[in-house]
Amino acid sequence: MAQLKDVLKKPSSFYDEFLRKPDNYQQDTHYCPGCGHGILHKLIAEAIEDFGIKDRTIMISPVGCSVFVYYYFDTGNFQVAHGRAPAVATGIKRTHPDAIVISYQGDGDLAAIGGNNILQAANRGENITVFFVNNAIYGMTGGQMAPTTLLGQKTMTSPYGRKATWEGYPMKVSELLSTLEAPAYVERIALTNGKNLMKARKAVRKAIQAQIDGKGFSLVETLSMCPSAWRMTPVDAKKWVEEAMMKTFPLGVYKDVLDEREVGSWHRALETVPIEKYHEILGLAHEGMEVEGDVESVPKIFRNPKVLIAGFGGQGILLLGQTLAETGMRHGWNSTWIPSYGPEMRGGTANCHVKISSDPIGSPVVSEPNILIAMNKPSLERFEKDLAPGGLLIYNTSMIDIKPTRTDIEILPLPATEMADEIGSLRVANMVIIGAVLEKTKILQKDVVLDSLNAVVKHKKFIPMNSDAINKGMEYARNYKG
Amino acid sequence: MARIEVHKDHCKGCGLCIDICPVNVIETSKEINNLGYHPAQYKGEGCTGCTLCFYTCPEPDAIVVYRKD
Repeated sequence: MAQLKDVLKKPSSFYDEFLRKPDNYQQDTHYCPGCGHGILHKLIAEAIEDFGIKDRTIMISPVGCSVFVYYYFDTGNFQVAHGRAPAVATGIKRTHPDAIVISYQGDGDLAAIGGNNILQAANRGENITVFFVNNAIYGMTGGQMAPTTLLGQKTMTSPYGRKATWEGYPMKVSELLSTLEAPAYVERIALTNGKNLMKARKAVRKAIQAQIDGKGFSLVETLSMCPSAWRMTPVDAKKWVEEAMMKTFPLGVYKDVLDEREVGSWHRALETVPIEKYHEILGLAHEGMEVEGDVESVPKIFRNPKVLIAGFGGQGILLLGQTLAETGMRHGWNSTWIPSYGPEMRGGTANCHVKISSDPIGSPVVSEPNILIAMNKPSLERFEKDLAPGGLLIYNTSMIDIKPTRTDIEILPLPATEMADEIGSLRVANMVIIGAVLEKTKILQKDVVLDSLNAVVKHKKFIPMNSDAINKGMEYARNYKG
Repeated sequence: MARIEVHKDHCKGCGLCIDICPVNVIETSKEINNLGYHPAQYKGEGCTGCTLCFYTCPEPDAIVVYRKD
């Protein structure tokens, strides 16, 4: 047990003034009189100060009354979506293994909407510390029933008292999590009398120390007073914790394997991968990557292709985009590809965005394409207006019985589906289109496209047919007289 | 001699310190503070420096405990 200091005052891991608070009372918390949050905040702040970890601690604020944790702690702070604190904490800890990541969550946040998040993080044994504040109610929103509301407890949404046969039993988070293998330390504490406060102080420090030592997941469940939502005085609320809550939620250590674990055994050092390894890992490393494109011979508007490809799911829309993006990359440029998934995959309209550029690409989203490929009628109707003036529209006349209306763009009508059928498979219509794109824009080289196909096409036996389709598409575009 | 200091304008008058004090040396002031509460106040003598009022107080800067002076 850590020694008490001679003078106990506001820990330095709190801000001097709570400047984020909107009013003039910037020395005080926003919590109601007698709220347990302030007590737990102080215990955590004291531990952070004593351990000298203020500069590497990151607090995660939840949704609930303690949403404003970041008003108070002079540490790194994130405020996250409801219940998602363990997921965000995981991301932060994995990328910053030396940070001390503390997730602070209430019962509505952790046990209801975030129930699976905490379960999975605990089961993965994330090397984080979770402070779970259980006050058996939704405090911030005015006192609705929580997963941890006691049997018989009257709340705004259980006005006759919680009944097991109607609302189920109070959720015992510490008991539940302690059945998992991975967690290192799980204890339930209360903020009531002197004995319990000192146990709480010890538990808070132990849980943070567990993380510092790299021993894995720790969680401290705190039975906390909510005098406002319980409609009690602070002193009565404290008594109610002892007389009612502790019967359902007994205090104690539910899991503690800290002594069995070696220091650093659950510390996950960040494995960095050298950039040249990316292509090898992704299975893309082979000759062809270093090809330089001859940009000078390419019409200016096509030098940084922004391609929108749209059609029915099943027309090879996504593969078409992937092939273009891969080809751009193999030319040595930057490229991005994002598909639009959704119900479109079941036969509606699918689309994907491709950008190829010699400059870094900020956003992969193509809002004003300079090349639009419309494989079906709804796509033409929907996207024609978005095409940049002077841009290229290629549309599949086999499937589209209307004509484009724009006059400020270059238009190539192409019976891609019928041509594909003649070549031997309706599925190569997308390759016919690629051929046309190659011929019209001149920016991508055919041999590089074929190289790319090797990487993106799963069934290699289709490669000759694809090659044939690309040739037919190029030929058609070359001979087309608008 | 141990003593405590109550920063009266940061006290919300919850009474947890008064309830927990084993030697009853904290009381409620008749004064109304900036926050609109009757704050706690030290009776002036008898503090043993047990620190429980500090740990039960939910406000970061309402109570300071001097254990040895």
